[in-house]
Amino acid sequence: MEELLSKLAECVEFGKINIASPYPPQMKGQEGADEITRKALDQGVHPQDILSKGLMPGMERIGIKFRENKVFVPQVLMSAKAMSTAMIHLKPHFLSGAAKQKGTFIIGTVQGDLHDIGKNLVSMMVEGNGYNVVDLGTDVASDKFIAAIKEHPGAFVGLSALLTTTMASMEKITKDIKAALPDTVVTIGGAPVNNDFCQKIGADCYSPDPQGIVEFLNSKVA
Amino acid sequence: MSKIIDEIKLGKVLVSDGAWGTFLQQKGLLPGECPEEWNLSRPGDVLSIAQSYIDAGADMVETNSFGANYFKLKNYGLENKVYEINKTAAELSRKAAGADRYVLGSVGPTGKLLMMEEVTEDELYDTFKQQSLALEAGGVDAIVIETMTDLDEARIAVKAAKENTGCAVFCTMTFDKILTGEYRTMMGISPVEMVDILVGAGADVIGANCGNGIANMIEIVKEIRQVNAIVPVLIHANAGMPHYCDGVTTFPESPTDMAGRVKELVLAGANIIGGCCGTTPDHICQVHHAVKSL
Repeated sequence: MEELLSKLAECVEFGKINIASPYPPQMKGQEGADEITRKALDQGVHPQDILSKGLMPGMERIGIKFRENKVFVPQVLMSAKAMSTAMIHLKPHFLSGAAKQKGTFIIGTVQGDLHDIGKNLVSMMVEGNGYNVVDLGTDVASDKFIAAIKEHPGAFVGLSALLTTTMASMEKITKDIKAALPDTVVTIGGAPVNNDFCQKIGADCYSPDPQGIVEFLNSKVA
Repeated sequence: MSKIIDEIKLGKVLVSDGAWGTFLQQKGLLPGECPEEWNLSRPGDVLSIAQSYIDAGADMVETNSFGANYFKLKNYGLENKVYEINKTAAELSRKAAGADRYVLGSVGPTGKLLMMEEVTEDELYDTFKQQSLALEAGGVDAIVIETMTDLDEARIAVKAAKENTGCAVFCTMTFDKILTGEYRTMMGISPVEMVDILVGAGADVIGANCGNGIANMIEIVKEIRQVNAIVPVLIHANAGMPHYCDGVTTFPESPTDMAGRVKELVLAGANIIGGCCGTTPDHICQVHHAVKSL
């Protein structure tokens, strides 16, 4: 079982989706996240272990490499693809309660901004690290965030922006959320954003990379 | 060969324009509003931006069409107006440029990722072909494909513009300085990796835009020149990383800062120099004077 899970972690880290996938070249012809997850479930490995000892270490390793500029967006996207392929097999077990996720993370690109690559990266990294992710899409206004938080009490929130002009929107949404639901933890990210801005608008965490958001969330659920 | 390339081949350094997006915002463009729709609803404002760069001494001016591709316009329900919006963009800039200065038709990324199968190569090709043809119909001299981070998308855009129009084709990518001090696009492409692919696809001019200020651009140009001494290089540098405070965004690099680096940039091997986010007609005016006094 240990071997199977470490193989799965490797598939996630290097973005090996399934046996047919030609990527990455050095793993060509080998089983991918798809086959190994099925095999693990067939052999009776607990879905919780598949998540925490297979998928999460793989996502953590790619997240760290991304932060260290050792890999770039394409490699992270391939890892995320491998991870989501495995997740399809695990979903029924989360729904039945047989396996538990760490919490819910509601994410969206703020109102006025239609860019979604950064938002999607964070969304996939957080999901792969054991959270239920609710993705509200792009151009999301305060009321939609607040409605989603009410639907998932205690959920963490992630706000994304690429445009400098939508930083004002990020500020408004953070303040609206904090006014309506003061206990909500709000994280922010995006090219124009920094830690000063985070403090100024009253958000709880800024990270320049997805792994930082994951680590912050983990510190909150620990 | 087009006139603009001939001028460069004769050793002339040309000046391009400055920012469009941040300029439109100053004129009242709201977050979430489609910048390119202004070509139809507020042509006077768009024309005045182009005019201000021509008046500042730019040899060429871009068009307000950066996001006017099928996929981006679809976000605003304007996907049926690709032709009209691009053609008008070109006509407005041509009006400002007159017959003597050049018009560069701006083409930005689609925002769709090939590797995530959000779009196919054929769809990308057709999208860039459609936009380039409309810009050509409006009278641009060159198509400038810019802010690219994915080399495949950039290559397809260059091919589509080259194979379907008679325009010169420029392509610039956006590089960040990573922890090792090297330059990479968000997708991991280095300036060196870009060169052969884009030139091979038919680009007449290559280079970099946006980024983080003009100092980095000098290093990027040097890197390009290590592998290609001939291809003309275009730099559209931004005015550094924006600083946001109480609803107001400011950029750190002044017109004097930018102009002060022109000589070094030209020595490194740049042939066309202009601005990106945060640069103003003042920046371009001072760059123009710096180029004249070279």
